[in-house]
Amino acid sequence: MMRSPRLPLYITLATFLLAYAICASQYPSMLSTRVIANLLTDNAFLGITAVGMTFVILSGGIDLSVGSVIAFSGVFLAVILRDTSIHPLVAFALLLGITIAFGAAIGSIIHYLEMPPFIVTLAGMFLMRGLAYVLSTDSVPITHEFYDTLQGIYWKAPSGGRFRLIGGIMILCYVVAMLVLHRTRFGQNVYALGGNAATARLMGVPIARTTIGIYAIAGGLAGLAGIVYSIYTSAGYSLSTVGVELDAIAAVVIGGTLLTGGSGFVAGTFLGILIMGLIQTYIVFDGTLSSWWTKIVIGGLLFAFIMLQKALGWATTTRRRPALEFATRS
Amino acid sequence: MKLKSTLLASTMALVPLSALAADKTVGFSQIGSESGWRAAETTVTKQQAEERGIDLKFADAQQKQENQIKAVRSFIAQGVDAILLAPVVATGWDSVLEEAQDAEIPVILLDRTVDAPDDLYMTAVTSDLVHEGEVAGNWLQDEMAGADCRVVELQGTTGSSPAIDRKKGFEMGIEDAPNIEIVRSQTGDFTRAQGKVVMESFLKAEGAENICALYAHNDDMAVGAIQAIKEAGATPGTDIKIVSIDSVPDIHLAMLAGEANATVELTPNMAGPAFDVLEAYWADGTMPPKWIQTESKLYTLEDDNQAIYDNKKSLGY
Repeated sequence: MMRSPRLPLYITLATFLLAYAICASQYPSMLSTRVIANLLTDNAFLGITAVGMTFVILSGGIDLSVGSVIAFSGVFLAVILRDTSIHPLVAFALLLGITIAFGAAIGSIIHYLEMPPFIVTLAGMFLMRGLAYVLSTDSVPITHEFYDTLQGIYWKAPSGGRFRLIGGIMILCYVVAMLVLHRTRFGQNVYALGGNAATARLMGVPIARTTIGIYAIAGGLAGLAGIVYSIYTSAGYSLSTVGVELDAIAAVVIGGTLLTGGSGFVAGTFLGILIMGLIQTYIVFDGTLSSWWTKIVIGGLLFAFIMLQKALGWATTTRRRPALEFATRS
Repeated sequence: MKLKSTLLASTMALVPLSALAADKTVGFSQIGSESGWRAAETTVTKQQAEERGIDLKFADAQQKQENQIKAVRSFIAQGVDAILLAPVVATGWDSVLEEAQDAEIPVILLDRTVDAPDDLYMTAVTSDLVHEGEVAGNWLQDEMAGADCRVVELQGTTGSSPAIDRKKGFEMGIEDAPNIEIVRSQTGDFTRAQGKVVMESFLKAEGAENICALYAHNDDMAVGAIQAIKEAGATPGTDIKIVSIDSVPDIHLAMLAGEANATVELTPNMAGPAFDVLEAYWADGTMPPKWIQTESKLYTLEDDNQAIYDNKKSLGY
């Protein structure tokens, strides 16, 4: 009973360890630091996006705009660094300002107009993708030397793996998100909102501030993911990161967060990202499987985790009923 | 007949025997399977690897650069002997190519190039995309022989180098013909479905009678457009001349039916020359030139399209 909220997290952890063990038994080089470094570097932008998505889903919402925000961010940075002489750090600050404001605006619409997050963020998705196209339809290379500096920051592990800056940024995001969710009032409010909005209101949770805050965080993190993606590819391209929002949602669910909100852990999302990355790595190592198997396996995993959530939910409610009766009687 | 023998010769060239390549592992990061040509390139690459005894690791990136970067990094982690890369976009390859160089794994670019210093890869096997567009443009100029012509253009994936270069090449090809004018140009994303949709919008905007020719950056979009033209009640190949690039089997079928007029071949055998280069490199360390160009051949209604169709089909389109 007490353990049930953490149970999905343990199952995710077990899935990850099992998957890694299977991979390593078939391809011993999967244990090399290169593979581990690749998992962190290659999934950095997705991982950061998924942190924001975890906040949103914990609160019972959904954010479909993040993939477009990443593409917009990349193009915005590439164009601004090409056409003006401002320093990338100033451009980063400017971009984060825009994406946080964009997220906050989405949150406000959702709260004040009482619109479903699905529709509002869908509109946001089209808006940002469209803006990216307006800025440039071509893939714009970023040649600023500051980018070379950022790309040059890595720690080379003994067997050749390169732990790059962007992987570090992702891990930092997870640590900060954990602290915010579990150590601050705001974090408690996010869980309360996702558990039951009406109860949360009665409990005195500032619904407006929390909702706007959550979507602002998701927008800001998508902007940060865009910065990371631009460092990753040193280019901005309006067609990039299509469907990343869905990958992020998948990672959150595989990580054990309840899609209806209120229950889950950001650490689970991190494991979800690693599991998805691991599947892709395995398929490339195999080299004969169609890469669409990635989607099939992720689909299967998602389905399994949704069923698991349902089963756990069912188990908890049936066990809770006698306890409730007992509580009301006394 | 001459054509048949050329095709035969090129098929023969696919099978040079070499024991050197045996036991080598090569990773191939393919863009996806968005067109028949690309599917053929994948098949030919697999065939080529098998004939030479090379263990080919194949990764389909599903049109996403992030997937391709991941695949290349995984190949490096796995310690393959060489990497073939058909890059989805030109930008953003520097750091992953540096990692390959660091691990002393030669990278050969197939069919497209990248915006990275050329010491980061061994060589690029490509057709001259500008030249392809120019061949198509020249054909239209000769075909029109001075008559006025309003052309609509179906572009490839926005920002991709074939889209940029084939557009530029075609414009160069019709430079000396003030009678030919490109009136509309939009992306059809290299797909049949988008080619049809965009052609429909061209036909609505211009009216079928005001369009004299269609230039499509690949055959698949042209095949989609042929459908749109038929549905609009016009006759493709006659009312609207159609010239496209790639020479996939279906366009030869359309040419047999008189519904398309010309196509410029982009050979799907990019891996053959790449493996030749690798074998030479493994044998005695020979470094190839930085660019290996494949031939851009023009096929028109005068060629034996049935024979070409049959031949192409067997290549695995």
